[in-house]
Amino acid sequence: MAIRTIKLPDVGEGIAEAELVEWAVAVGDDVAEDQVVAAVMTDKATVEIPSSVTGKVVWLACDIGTLLAVGSPLIRIETEGEAEAPENAAGKAAEPASPPRPAAVAAPPVPRHIPTPKPAAPVAFAGPQVGLPRAPGEKPIASPAVRRRARELGVDLVYVRGSGPAGRIGHDDLDRHVAGGGQPALAAGPRPDLSREVIKVVGLRRAIARRMQEAKRRIPHFAYVEEVDVTALEDLRASLNAMRPADRPKLTLLPFLIRAIVRALRQFPQVNAHYDDEHEVITRFGAAHVGIATQTPGGLMVPVVRHCEARDIWDAAAEMGRVTAAAREGLATRDELTGSTITITSLGALGGIVSTPVINAPEVAIVGVNKIAVRPVFVDGAFVPRKIMNLSSSFDHRVVDGHDAASFIQALRRLIETPATLFMEV
Amino acid sequence: MLIDTRIVVLGGGPGGYVAAIRAGQLGLDCVLVEADRLGGTCLNVGCIPSKALIHAADEFHRLASYARAPRHGIAAAAPTLDFARTVEWKDAIVGRLNAGVASLLKKAGVKTLRGHGRMTDGKTCVVDTDTGRVTVKAEHVILATGSEPIELPALPFGGKIVSSTQALELTEPPARLAIVGGGYIGLELGIAFAKLGSRVTVIEAADRILPQYDADLTRPVVRRLDALGAEVLTATRALGESAAGLEVLCADGTRRRIAADRVLVTVGRRARLKGWGLEGLDLAMDGGFVRVDERCATAMRGVWAIGDLTGEPMLAHRAMAQGEMVAEIIAGERRAFHPAAIPAVCFTDPEIVSVGLSAEAARARGHEVITGLFPLAANGRALTLAAEDGFTRVVARADNHLILGIDAVGPGVSELSAAFTLALEMGARLEDITCTIHAHPTLGETVAEASYKALGQALHM
Repeated sequence: MAIRTIKLPDVGEGIAEAELVEWAVAVGDDVAEDQVVAAVMTDKATVEIPSSVTGKVVWLACDIGTLLAVGSPLIRIETEGEAEAPENAAGKAAEPASPPRPAAVAAPPVPRHIPTPKPAAPVAFAGPQVGLPRAPGEKPIASPAVRRRARELGVDLVYVRGSGPAGRIGHDDLDRHVAGGGQPALAAGPRPDLSREVIKVVGLRRAIARRMQEAKRRIPHFAYVEEVDVTALEDLRASLNAMRPADRPKLTLLPFLIRAIVRALRQFPQVNAHYDDEHEVITRFGAAHVGIATQTPGGLMVPVVRHCEARDIWDAAAEMGRVTAAAREGLATRDELTGSTITITSLGALGGIVSTPVINAPEVAIVGVNKIAVRPVFVDGAFVPRKIMNLSSSFDHRVVDGHDAASFIQALRRLIETPATLFMEV
Repeated sequence: MLIDTRIVVLGGGPGGYVAAIRAGQLGLDCVLVEADRLGGTCLNVGCIPSKALIHAADEFHRLASYARAPRHGIAAAAPTLDFARTVEWKDAIVGRLNAGVASLLKKAGVKTLRGHGRMTDGKTCVVDTDTGRVTVKAEHVILATGSEPIELPALPFGGKIVSSTQALELTEPPARLAIVGGGYIGLELGIAFAKLGSRVTVIEAADRILPQYDADLTRPVVRRLDALGAEVLTATRALGESAAGLEVLCADGTRRRIAADRVLVTVGRRARLKGWGLEGLDLAMDGGFVRVDERCATAMRGVWAIGDLTGEPMLAHRAMAQGEMVAEIIAGERRAFHPAAIPAVCFTDPEIVSVGLSAEAARARGHEVITGLFPLAANGRALTLAAEDGFTRVVARADNHLILGIDAVGPGVSELSAAFTLALEMGARLEDITCTIHAHPTLGETVAEASYKALGQALHM
């Protein structure tokens, strides 16, 4: 028997630490070689860590949410076979699928949190022991103490399933019923709900929280809303889509908006930039790497459509579809989630009238898309129905002046309202 | 004098005094009104004095039986009975308990008003005390006026005709005692007096005595009555009493006169509805009882009723549980009166205890049942007590073995009621009983054996 230690491998260039976001195994579990044992998150990409050995898990480094230094012990596995060299022999045991470590980081960085081994937490629910439903009209069986507690909780035991012998309802069943939001049915009317759920903010949610907090705290946001007539653009989009074979993806409005932004950025390079406020340096980019705010099951992510200045509208649409799908499925790579120079946020039909988007720092501008609605517009002495959409944008007022921001949006508006100009060099 | 309080309890019986004690413990201002002695029927003229009398009769009878025929190698001279001393002893027990209740109430901070109380409205009770009239105004009223013996029109109480209350106050055992009503009160007293030397005749209108129990349970009692020389006339009605004796109409239609020095009428009890102002309150009634819901709330807000006043079963322990509950409800707790079972005990010889459903009642509710009966004759402890006439019986659901009822008949089985009731309250299955180690040798083993029997696994049969 031997104890093998798997250390946190080098999960990306220049990354010194990563947050543990998931344990796929628990102490006592058997693991096979190449089986995923944990997932860590760096910046915004999640990396799965496989085991390099077969054996039984005897120790886990930390709780979920802890930051671990690259090279620090992650998990210990007891294996069959001869004794292994002492576990702290540097990097001896597994560093699965990782390239040789650059000399510069050969000395393992000191972990920020000293991982302390903890006994495995008791498993709260071994399984859904809910018991069978009683036949209609049958009296619930429960001890006097359970019955009293149920009454105090306002729970009618008729609605509680018993997991005990003969369907007896125990305190556990009552707890489960209450935790499951079981509806008290003793008296009519609402009752105060005293339950509370504590959710540890870890992983992506923690990253989102920090970034939002940082952006709002540091950046003086300047919001600007303008109304855009998209009737012509929608007609164009409809006719382009009508020409598409039925099996090909249809164009949404966003590729056109990307196109318009690329065009407008030529005049306003100051909004396609990063501002490093610590060093007081603005970096303007020739490339237009457009971030697309995307709702994923884990929370908000911003996959990036790179080099939009070099893509036609179909290409931009395809790439946007690919990276947003990757983000939603949790397959986006670190590269696909970083490096945007300007961001678009659109809630589609949920877009509302106005929004105040938060800038995706260190960028300096974000363009928000509100919903399209048919509104009466006064044209040549009469009201005509037009498709109107608002653009709600935010700018970093430290480095983008109001005049420039407004001019940028007005340029966008002209491009969108006369869509032919999107496709011609002026 | 005017007292403003949170709670007034009308009646100091087991229901009332427990409600008051709990209310006091919970810090609620509480006044208890009692016209007579604390403890109510149970303590003064019911459970307690009758059990004292029964014990004395048992002792006397045992000695007398040894005098008649030696048993277990014991012979004795004929005992003598100084009944006045027996009554003294019985009264001393009652007095001790009266004082105990009073001190418990005091300790809980309850003010006790001695005097007849009368509700003038749903918040006000006027009490005529020795020192004058006291008006008690309360936010909550707990009615606990109890019950009283039912009088037969043909046999009004007075003279030779006595109720159970007066029977317990007799200064000597009657030579000939006729008992009208073969329920548990009549039989408990009848058997005690039979043991003290009275010639007892029991007149029961139904086909058998203790008609609310099944015939298997009552059979040992019938045998015992016979052995004690008591005559039991079933399907017989009492018509009236005259100097010639008690006239009864027998099952075969013949009339008979039964010579009796005393006629004890124990045909039941009814809620005490008169004399305390019920007519001035707007309470919904349920037959002869005050209607209450599962929280013992009456139709009037802030007026609660507990105990015998609210219906069957008229038992002290039911009243106590209700009293405690109402006090807690007034204190703001969520409570309801939903016991799994209320045990009923009959202190006849032998004793009968019954908890939950009989097999018949369970089947009537649609349950498929299995039963197990274990005779005391197969129980070692019962043999050593010379108490082998009786049994313990369990009734359980056939599908999941959940126990629905347990009953027993036999000497001393009343003490088993705790185990029986706990089993029902805890939702025990037969296996829970059989997997519990029962002390040997005890009568309690019969519960486990009866459960084994129901499962087809009896060890000692």
